[in-house]
Amino acid sequence: MAEAKTVKKNRRSSSSFVKFLIYFLCIALTILSIMPFLIMVVNSTRSTTQIQAHAISLIPSKYLLKNLAILTGKSFNPLRGFLNSLLISLGATACTIYFSTLTAFALVAYDWKLRQPFFTFIMAIMMIPAQLVSIGFYQFMYKIHLTNNFLPLILPAIAAPTCVFFMRQFMIPSLHVDILNSARIDGSGEFHTFNVIVLPIMKPALATQAIFSFVSSWNNLFLPMILLTKQEKYTMPIMVSLLKGDIYKTEYGSIYLGLTLTVLPLFIVYFLLSKYIIAGVALGGVKG
Amino acid sequence: MQKKRISYAKFGYIFSLPFIITFCVFTLYPIIYTIIIGFTDFKGLGATNFHFLDDPLRNYKAILSAPTFRLALSNTFRIWIWNFIPQILLALILAALFTSVRHKIKGQGFFKVVFYMPNIITAATVAILFGSLFGYPMGPMNDLLQSLGITKAPVFFLQSKTIARGVVAFIQFWMWYGYTMIVLVSGILGISPEIYEAADIDGATEIQKFFYITIPNLRTILIYTLVTSLIGGLQMFDIPQLLVAKSGPDNATLTTSCFIYNQAFSGSYMYNRASAASMIMFLIIAVLSAFVFFLMQDKQEVKERRQIKKVRKEQAKQIKEGGK
Repeated sequence: MAEAKTVKKNRRSSSSFVKFLIYFLCIALTILSIMPFLIMVVNSTRSTTQIQAHAISLIPSKYLLKNLAILTGKSFNPLRGFLNSLLISLGATACTIYFSTLTAFALVAYDWKLRQPFFTFIMAIMMIPAQLVSIGFYQFMYKIHLTNNFLPLILPAIAAPTCVFFMRQFMIPSLHVDILNSARIDGSGEFHTFNVIVLPIMKPALATQAIFSFVSSWNNLFLPMILLTKQEKYTMPIMVSLLKGDIYKTEYGSIYLGLTLTVLPLFIVYFLLSKYIIAGVALGGVKG
Repeated sequence: MQKKRISYAKFGYIFSLPFIITFCVFTLYPIIYTIIIGFTDFKGLGATNFHFLDDPLRNYKAILSAPTFRLALSNTFRIWIWNFIPQILLALILAALFTSVRHKIKGQGFFKVVFYMPNIITAATVAILFGSLFGYPMGPMNDLLQSLGITKAPVFFLQSKTIARGVVAFIQFWMWYGYTMIVLVSGILGISPEIYEAADIDGATEIQKFFYITIPNLRTILIYTLVTSLIGGLQMFDIPQLLVAKSGPDNATLTTSCFIYNQAFSGSYMYNRASAASMIMFLIIAVLSAFVFFLMQDKQEVKERRQIKKVRKEQAKQIKEGGK
């Protein structure tokens, strides 16, 4: 009896030790996630001399506006970049979620001969690496004079295989044939049914996919860097890559401020919608 | 009824049309174009005409024998492996802990949000941020190490080949382990709790349950994670391109994507060589993905499926015979 008790006790104390280790690990990883951004934000308010004296500080200083003046005094125009990125990302997101849902609708609601082959095809093209497309894509756009234009960054978003896949997975359990049939009896055309009945049903999936599509379009560097060569067309990530150049070499405070400005919108979006984002990641993984 | 269904089938084609047209114009045509360019003498900024080479494989031979391409290939694989192994291990451990009934970790929602956060931040920003953090002579990392008394003089971190590669691998790890963890957590939650209950009755320990139940049941998701990480990792561009100027000391952080970019969009604008290089990369990715799928294919499952088919056939036979 007594022996059993001590065993139990030992177990409990070892279990609480394990628990301590787990929380320690989680807190260490939390610091690892937050620290780089914290240093970045704080340093964006400090002067270059302060940073040179001590590069790590958790106390903000008062050089924010001065850093901003230096930053925008050179080729960095955060507002322009912000607007360009916003325009491209919103356009691409709208294309992706609308047409992916439409394609998923075609796959779920109708019984057509090539339905299964088409779905297999969508799965297969998910594997195509971007590099294989990029050189031909650039040459093609150059030929039809669409470099320095936002359309080549928006229109290809209509064909987004991963999004179609996700929408299909979501639509199968939530769309019933009865709904379509009763709409048909009411005299609703198929396209009208899609816009008025199907899209509202898909709202949660649309929201999740909109976030992912927006973020990935916002963060894209490779294609915009190839296609957009005029400074007034630069997107946020291209602006960021300018911070690497010689013109800001010693202006540490301004570099940190530039970085902060580019992630600020992402932070806001993320912390407002994190619940949906995490749920979306989990869903995508299981279904994949 | 039958007639009606047939008449609706055409909408399947009509509604898939935008996808198909866009794919053909913006993906299929560029791919064919890329492949063709790989067999020609197409180079130079603003060039528009090109000729097929007498030796169609000349670009491929040039790329395969170029030491920089081989270096880029080995860098890419090294960085990917250095990032993937710790990433999957940590993600597995965290996923097992977060789903553990015994430990009941509090604040899981918060930790998930924080661990996933780096993933949504612009990779270009992250690269330059880490470049500054590891700056010389006065970056935050040097400040930290000197304040703690670990180093006396500032270290020029990114001048070392190993550290430069290590930092790229670390950033990849740091950006992706949260994602992998969330995917694995939802995978573990999908495993039937009855299996775990049965194991509890048999007196299995946590570790035994992890190795004998969790891991085998996660097989499909682990394959998925491996393949997507491989495809993404072999295309790594933003971080190695922007972390250190000119791909680091002795091209230490030059990945194949950076190589392709440098060939096509800088220097002498060798579109043909770059096309050949991207075709080679595509073949490598395709072969490796197929290999992973083949290797990880569940032999047991294949056997079972065959058996089920056999049983069904026999059943059908019996029914037929019974009908007689």
